[in-house]
Amino acid sequence: MATDKHMTFSRRGFMRTTGLASGGMLIGFNLFQACKPKTEFTPPVDLSQLDYKDFNAFIKIAETGEVTIFSPNPEIGQGVKTSMPMIIAEELDVPWKDVHVVQGVLDTENYSRQVAGGSQSIRFGWDALRQTGATARQMLLNAAAARWGVEAADCNASDGVITSPTGETLGYGEVVNEAAQLEVPEGVTLKDPKDYKIIGTDAQNVDIDEIIMGKPLFGLDYKTDGMVYAAVVRPPAFGQTLVSYDATKAKSMPGVIDVVTIGEKVRALLEKDPRPGGIISSSDKIVVIAETTWQAFKAKEAIEAEWEDAETMESTSDHDRILNGLLDGNDFNTMRADGDIEKGFAEADEILERTYESPFLPHNCMEPMNFYADITDEKVHLVGPIQTPEWKAGLVSQLLDRQPEEIHLEMTRMGGGFGRRLYGDFVIEAAEISDKIRKPVKVVYTREDDMNDGIYRMAIKYRIKAGVKDGKITAYHLKEAAVNSNMYGLIPNFFPAGAIENYQVDVANHRSNITTGAWRAPYTNFLAFAEQSFFDELAEKMEVDRVQLRLDLLKKVDAEADERIEYSPERMIKVIETAVEKSGWGTKPQGVYQGFVNYYCHNSHVAEVADVEIENGEPVVKKVTCVVDCGIVVNPLGAKNQVEGGVIDGIGHSMYGDFGFENGKPVAENFDKYRLIRMKEAPVVETHFIQNDLSPTGLGEPTLPPAGGAIANALKAATGNRLYNQPFVKYPELLKPQKQEIIG
Amino acid sequence: MPTYQIKVNGESKTVDVSADTPVLWVLRDQLDMVGTKYGCGIGQCGACTIHLDGTAVRSCSLTVEQIDGKTVTTIEGLSQYGEHPVQQAWKEIDVPQCGYCQAGQIMTASALLEANPNPTEDEIKNAMHGNICRCASYNRIYRAVEKAAENMG
Repeated sequence: MATDKHMTFSRRGFMRTTGLASGGMLIGFNLFQACKPKTEFTPPVDLSQLDYKDFNAFIKIAETGEVTIFSPNPEIGQGVKTSMPMIIAEELDVPWKDVHVVQGVLDTENYSRQVAGGSQSIRFGWDALRQTGATARQMLLNAAAARWGVEAADCNASDGVITSPTGETLGYGEVVNEAAQLEVPEGVTLKDPKDYKIIGTDAQNVDIDEIIMGKPLFGLDYKTDGMVYAAVVRPPAFGQTLVSYDATKAKSMPGVIDVVTIGEKVRALLEKDPRPGGIISSSDKIVVIAETTWQAFKAKEAIEAEWEDAETMESTSDHDRILNGLLDGNDFNTMRADGDIEKGFAEADEILERTYESPFLPHNCMEPMNFYADITDEKVHLVGPIQTPEWKAGLVSQLLDRQPEEIHLEMTRMGGGFGRRLYGDFVIEAAEISDKIRKPVKVVYTREDDMNDGIYRMAIKYRIKAGVKDGKITAYHLKEAAVNSNMYGLIPNFFPAGAIENYQVDVANHRSNITTGAWRAPYTNFLAFAEQSFFDELAEKMEVDRVQLRLDLLKKVDAEADERIEYSPERMIKVIETAVEKSGWGTKPQGVYQGFVNYYCHNSHVAEVADVEIENGEPVVKKVTCVVDCGIVVNPLGAKNQVEGGVIDGIGHSMYGDFGFENGKPVAENFDKYRLIRMKEAPVVETHFIQNDLSPTGLGEPTLPPAGGAIANALKAATGNRLYNQPFVKYPELLKPQKQEIIG
Repeated sequence: MPTYQIKVNGESKTVDVSADTPVLWVLRDQLDMVGTKYGCGIGQCGACTIHLDGTAVRSCSLTVEQIDGKTVTTIEGLSQYGEHPVQQAWKEIDVPQCGYCQAGQIMTASALLEANPNPTEDEIKNAMHGNICRCASYNRIYRAVEKAAENMG
């Protein structure tokens, strides 16, 4: 069982406590000690030396009993600013309504990991957050017991109040100053999940009031006195570099303060460390500095620039040709090989081989990329929406040749992330611009900039081949051809690894000058569609029940015998069986066509069933039933929102997401040409969580990948047409029912 | 640059901007009212939705000149403490994920319910179809509009 095998936990150096000058107690804890190897630890704490720089999250308990929890991780809409503090509050045992949550800032010096990505915040934080809450509670108990002269074990602490054996009570705030002086206790007892009062209950988004009232929360809302705005002219096509430009007209426009170029410092940075070259162009860029955003945007349009093409300027037709060539060729890296794939195919009576194709995708966060920088001789102040603050602070330190401790970075709430805000090319730009003009500046992307200067989900093609003999799959071969990078190493150990004796995963890639990166559920966001469509077709070919085929395969998996296997066959079987029951699989009236999928990624197990009906001769996705095993559900209200969003996002991009290039230039640049799913196209999502006491895993990503397969399989049932390529709307003839008689 | 007198959330404001400046940027950069969001700049996403004489409009595609003599309401002016029934329904249903598009969604929904207090399912979906939610909280947006209609009824 793989769920928790990467988790080790060292308590030493993980927590420090001190009294506050203003009264009350501050507890600092290092959330990500939990993912470091056991052998690493920090020396014992000297309270007099305490500066809390090593810590990325805090609890502050005031004399009034008021509790403030500083949430450590960036909030991109995945809900961790609500759910992570809930875990602390549970073990601290305070009423959730009395807790104030504040976004923690990054102190660039000593953080271990402060990232929003990979659906890992809750999974990695689970032990540390509980330990922190429980340790603080124990210290408050110890302080109260000492005051009463009784054993702490005979006292009880609950809902912010400590009760003595004789029934005396003290609020947490009344003993907090004494508690702050105590040693941090070891070996505190964590609650039994059956005693949870906060975990497992619905909590509203902690920023709900600010959001519904339109209060400043996001990077784009951040403003300081004297701040100016910057709009950047970047190469219009991937591979181009700036030759010359004329800013005469732009400089004469209202509000324009200056027009400058940047790029020199980025090139110097790349000479020292070429790695960021994958996310930022080394070309010079032209920057319009203006008094307002609109003035900067307008003047940017008036810049005339000449660009030089690289030797290779890529188009979508090139990607198609190159990736198909890779699939047809022999230049693969093998990521996993079980048994003998050739022998397996030689034994087979029948072979099924299919190719699946996907385009590039932009992230399209609703809040366009932006960042604030104020660089002076005294300080480097950075503020804005970023999923990887620590990485960016380090790069800015290198870029400007400034000491890491000079850098102060604050994270704002983010108007979406989806992977785009992992990269922070915009942070580097903001820093270089402010360093050059020596003014506080906000770099703002237009929507067109945001879509055309992206770090995209790369185009990927999969070819899957299976051999079948006497109702048994004798061989299974998955090949991936992708732009720039291939699937990460865990994916070949996902289902159906372990279920098929002769099993192989091979990958090949093409290096492109188009920048690519993580996009919500990297690789699996398309792979799940390919594999789950393939299983559906394989079941048809084998003339077996499509759900039973999956269950039979899972029953063959011995995850104990192969520790590489990432998923739990038992948990997968449970979500499948639950989805069959909850969706009414196989029991629907005529005219309701269902598609079934199951998938594991980001440590969670999911099954989805899509219901399609024909309306006015067109198939319509009416409903998706989604069953998730993510262990303990910390905040069901927020968790359901993630599930609903993940499923609909997955459907939207499978159905409509299309992004092409012509000579390095993106074909679409705004929402008039790039289609995102909207209200009328969104089905109802019905969510069911498997109830268990297992440690929680992530939810930001796992429900997205299977959604495309669920609707493709349902559309096959409804229309008779199998879909192999995304987006589906590109193939309107396949979205029409084949025969009149199957119209319900 | 010319000077314009505009009426926003019941107050008269004087702004000094060029005639083609979109109302969105007047609100955000001149008046420091940042609740109205920039999403696409071409009227496609609805993040910048405000009320102009009670009708939902895209403030990115409306110039300061075009609102002369008209009354603008933004998310900041919908209610003083977030007590508008649509805001309350949004809270009750816990609609937002990232939250960025929600001011625009709320402004579209409140204009709909003002004009049509008992909308049908199709009427809600048609009205909200122009507002993109990239996090795809569409199920909850729909339920919150329904809930607001109930609460107002």
